Amino acid sequence: MANRRDFLKRGVAVAGGWTLGAVGTATGQTPASQDVVKTPEELLAYGERSRFVTSIRVPHGGRPSPDRWGLLFHTATPLQDSVGVITPSSLHFSNTTRGAFIPDIDPREHRLMIHGMVDRPLIFTIEDLKRLPSVTRLHFIECAGNRSRSSQTTVQETHGATSCAEWTGVLLSTLLKEAGVKDGGTWVVAEGVEEVKGASSIPMAKAMDDCVVCYGMNGEAVRPHQGFPLRLLTPGFEGIFNVKWLRRIKVVDRYYMTYNDYGHLRQDPDDAALGYQIGPKSVITFPSGGQQLPGRGYYELSGLAWSGGGAVRRVEVSTDGGRQWIDAEIRGMAHRMAHTRFSLQWNWDGTETEILSRTTDEIGQVQPTRAQVAEFWRPGAVYPGEPDQPFSVTGQDNSIQPWRIGSDGSVHNAIS
Amino acid sequence: MGAFIMRFLRLLPFLMFLGGSVQAQSLTYGVGRTPSAEEIRAWDISISPTGEELPPGSGTAEEGGLIYQRKCAFCHGATGIEGGAPRLVKNDAGPNADPWALGRILPIRSPYATTVWDYINRGMPLNQEGTLTADEVYALTAYLLYLNDLVAEDEVLDSQSLPKVEMPNRTNPMADGWVPLPDWKPGMPRLQGYPY
Repeated sequence: MANRRDFLKRGVAVAGGWTLGAVGTATGQTPASQDVVKTPEELLAYGERSRFVTSIRVPHGGRPSPDRWGLLFHTATPLQDSVGVITPSSLHFSNTTRGAFIPDIDPREHRLMIHGMVDRPLIFTIEDLKRLPSVTRLHFIECAGNRSRSSQTTVQETHGATSCAEWTGVLLSTLLKEAGVKDGGTWVVAEGVEEVKGASSIPMAKAMDDCVVCYGMNGEAVRPHQGFPLRLLTPGFEGIFNVKWLRRIKVVDRYYMTYNDYGHLRQDPDDAALGYQIGPKSVITFPSGGQQLPGRGYYELSGLAWSGGGAVRRVEVSTDGGRQWIDAEIRGMAHRMAHTRFSLQWNWDGTETEILSRTTDEIGQVQPTRAQVAEFWRPGAVYPGEPDQPFSVTGQDNSIQPWRIGSDGSVHNAIS
Repeated sequence: MGAFIMRFLRLLPFLMFLGGSVQAQSLTYGVGRTPSAEEIRAWDISISPTGEELPPGSGTAEEGGLIYQRKCAFCHGATGIEGGAPRLVKNDAGPNADPWALGRILPIRSPYATTVWDYINRGMPLNQEGTLTADEVYALTAYLLYLNDLVAEDEVLDSQSLPKVEMPNRTNPMADGWVPLPDWKPGMPRLQGYPY
């Protein structure tokens, strides 16, 4: 016991701001923080956040996740608590197409095969891949089903199926060039190792452009929920193209119409076109639905913007229901296909209002209002034979999210 | 001499394989190894719309119905419509209905019967994936297509006949068929002019 106390004292002396519970009184914190729950060794071996920080992922999309059999469906990221642009790996949203058990893969046994229309089929171990030239890039992943509904309260519910991480791995183009794509190889089919062996067709132009076969995420190995030990990043494409537990890349000469591809089937060409690249999108995360402002006065309004079309070029914010738009400040760098933090200095006068954000990306795509989207699709005529909601959009919904702030400081989802 | 040529010919595939390996060593990085033809066959479960990878085997809807009752009905329902799992029989949209009005139901909406075969083979039954034989997958595919009035009950589906099944979203002139993804290029917008 004496040793541990000495260790703690040393720790404080050396690290200064080190805020272990036991030294709470010494650093002037509340008495309640004096309890030590874990030993310093436990806290040091793999660091944990403070027990006072309780932000967690929640099941999403109206299904329990995991369900009673342990299948994972949809879990949403707590964007309302996010700062900066990196989603901690522990909080990165995780969705599956059909529900999946998370495979428990021994990385020493895992292999990636590249085959099909190539000169030299190849098999790689994880160790092999780590020998090859690597890239490290910030990229968001968003599920196509990430859409706001009037019944939802918080930004976690309305927008929580998007996350952003720093991904490390080998460019898919490096592996494809090594294998030698034959003439006529116009698509790749990427497949996972989980029980349903989810597979998606990806255009060769995308595969050769910026797809990354990732073994690293946020400075460590990709997490099991994100596809440990290998995940394909298909930057800016819908989540389903970012194949987890990647085991096989087959070079083919046509769209293979896998089960995942079948989910993208549309009768209307415009409808089909919206079915894979993520549009420009932004949302204010503070203040956002379910939060409570203590009163009138100064606030730094803050949010996230991203686009499958490239880097975020501009974010505008309105604090008066869309009458005036003010350029928000971009915090840090705007990376291609990555969450970008924006903020606006704001004095709330205490009257009821609506706050909104809209983004423009580097290729000039502008985030639309819900009214613009509805008008484009002529409600009720999206795809025949299926019951349409008054507001229906296929693929990802990137429309502007309004939050209504009541005169009592309460914040609500203002879509109708 | 003849015997020598015969031996050489028997060795030829092996020598060509070695040639491939030597070539692989002289690549940019020379990392990774060349899989054997058996490894590729064992891993490759992708079925093209052409059906070129379909394995030997066959089945009919009649056979498939029996397998369905044992292995599928628990989740999909005795008639394919009343289970908790996705519905397998088209909606009743009246005679001559647009195929797109029949519902988002795999064995009617998919433009290729190969997708049905591929998905049953890779993903069914839930929690027992990979346990069906090729004959069983042919039979179950035939049964689902039969339930949707696309094949006769005694029609034999195999690697030759399955890709030729006329799926309504591929051939029906009433529908425009399915729309392929646009020709993607780096830096292109999601949809030109959308939605403003």
